[in-house]
Amino acid sequence: MAISRRRFIVLGTNASFGGLLVYTMRGIVSPPSTPAADAQAGDANSDYRVEDHDWAYVIDTAKCIGCGRCARACKRENNISPHPEYNRTWIERYTFTDDGEVHVDSPEAGINGFYGEELPEEARGKKITKSFFVPKICNQCDVSPCVQVCPVGASFKTADGAVLVHKDRCIGCRYCIQACPYGSRYLDPDERVADKCTWCYHRITKGMLPACVEACPVGARIFGDLRDPESEVSKTLAERRVHVLKPELGTKPQIAYLNLDSAVQ
Amino acid sequence: MDGFAYPNEIEIGWSILIVLYPFITGLVAGAFVVSSLYHVLNVKTLKPVASFSLVMALAFLLVAPLPLQAHLGRPERAFMIFLTPNFTSAMAGFGYIWLAYLVLVLVETWLVFRPDIIHYAATTTGPKRLVYEALTLGVHEIDEKARIMDEKVIRALAGIGIPMAALLHGYVGFLFGSLKANPWWSTPLMPAIFLMSAIVSGIALLIVMYIATMKLLGRPLDEDCVTSLVKWLLAILLVDLALEGLEILSMIYQAEESWEIISRLLTEGIPISYFGIQFGLGSLVPVLLLHAIAIGLVRGGHRPWVAFVAALCVLIGVFAMRWNVVIGGQLLSKSLRGLLTYTPTLGGREGVLAATVLMILPFYIFTVIVSFIPPWGRPGDEPDAVAIDPGRAPPEAVAAPIWRAGAGLAGGARARELE
Repeated sequence: MAISRRRFIVLGTNASFGGLLVYTMRGIVSPPSTPAADAQAGDANSDYRVEDHDWAYVIDTAKCIGCGRCARACKRENNISPHPEYNRTWIERYTFTDDGEVHVDSPEAGINGFYGEELPEEARGKKITKSFFVPKICNQCDVSPCVQVCPVGASFKTADGAVLVHKDRCIGCRYCIQACPYGSRYLDPDERVADKCTWCYHRITKGMLPACVEACPVGARIFGDLRDPESEVSKTLAERRVHVLKPELGTKPQIAYLNLDSAVQ
Repeated sequence: MDGFAYPNEIEIGWSILIVLYPFITGLVAGAFVVSSLYHVLNVKTLKPVASFSLVMALAFLLVAPLPLQAHLGRPERAFMIFLTPNFTSAMAGFGYIWLAYLVLVLVETWLVFRPDIIHYAATTTGPKRLVYEALTLGVHEIDEKARIMDEKVIRALAGIGIPMAALLHGYVGFLFGSLKANPWWSTPLMPAIFLMSAIVSGIALLIVMYIATMKLLGRPLDEDCVTSLVKWLLAILLVDLALEGLEILSMIYQAEESWEIISRLLTEGIPISYFGIQFGLGSLVPVLLLHAIAIGLVRGGHRPWVAFVAALCVLIGVFAMRWNVVIGGQLLSKSLRGLLTYTPTLGGREGVLAATVLMILPFYIFTVIVSFIPPWGRPGDEPDAVAIDPGRAPPEAVAAPIWRAGAGLAGGARARELE
């Protein structure tokens, strides 16, 4: 093969300009990420200082009565599809029977509560030894597998602790959904992009509580700022014995549970 | 749903299109490796399929990103993977690896067929001539010196191509194997298993397509070449099976918390596609058939057909393996408490029809390419082959030497030079 020197130079120049063009476009489509810019992407208040907060969330499973108000409040507040396979938060019911079996269910993701809800078929007619509810939300992991696997950097962790999704950057590949060990993510059926719990980032950055925390009638969900040593969440984490879900995976979940049974995955 | 699954898991995120994606890239990697076995390792018996497999790799490589593209929630943003890649994501590498591989395969194919293209550009007329003229890229030098240079570059590209094929498909295995959230995927053996099954599927498809094309065109089949492909297929299939067996064996023996649900997945979720198709029809049957050919139990004219059937079984088995990994992994709830079900839709962007079209497309592209640059040599350039009518002569008589002298890598001229 004989490519003339002239031809080689022309090709090389074109390739370099092409590369430069792509590199320039990169700057346009992806503005440099700063903590403040990340917070803005999460719909934060403009005078909110992301460096001044470190949010934390505790769930007390012993208090939860399975009423489903948190899940309903979440769907309303965040305008989530009413279908039961799209949830930023849901409630699981654990039923232990005297044959040593554990039965777990979450009818309609617990959104209508469990009042009058029949037990799972295999548990019916058996003697129940213990039973409880477990509310679930995104664990806002410190070492988030979802952020790690996002091919375009649409999933990110803010400086104040939330894992958020840049909805206008997500390509809808669903790798993050596969990577989440907790089933916390889903594909938004309307926008066709990944969606998840944001701790109601648009509320907490304006001094309000997440919708689920505000809706809980029994105080099973505790939310607050670790920078404030007097906050309930700070005191709870300092004084009580807590556990996290699937700690063996090394994701460092930021949702702590009080009174968590070992059967809960 | 059987048992419990997290509510968000009910929707199966990765559809049949994501089964196609590793299947198609696997075929690319496998076909390319065969071509490189000839160019780099000088496996002479594979010469009749060296260019053939290169065109096959190209046809499938062009289609490889389409299932991913069609599957995206926002396909119009696909280019973001090039512009804002997040390099902690294995998936971010796909665009770059695919593009680099495409460039390599295109350049190698062009170099291999360059003598033919220049020949056709000089001997055809009309619009066809224009196509060939464009394909020459304005380079018409084809003297002895240029051909020796081409040969060196082809060898180098084929050499680089082997680790790149390993990267292209080992990477696909890594996409799944690196997800700790899913116990059915999370194993360091995954890239190796994907790589081996990729090569297996590529050789199998090559056997199927080579035999089918030669029979359809009424051209003589190089039996030595088929036997050589059969032996390579058998050897790599055995390695692949050993890896797949080791994976499941260590899962059974370690019996971690997740084993209970994985065993239910295998026995209740995907028993037919796992035991029946992946291991029975797709592994055991072809191993026996290929073995029979390799040790000479199958004689003469039956050999291509037995090889054809065995290769077809291997292809079905590898497709089942992709299904069992991609769909199987999603049937298992990450709560480890239940199994989900998946029934692919017929229509729609992610349905069976779309998948079928995507699976036919590479064959169509292959047909278009070979109609311009037939990898079995230029028409009328194989006087020996014309002398023996394959229809009348016994298969043994239509033997390898015809091919070695007549057609091959890039037409008669180069073939002779290499002898």
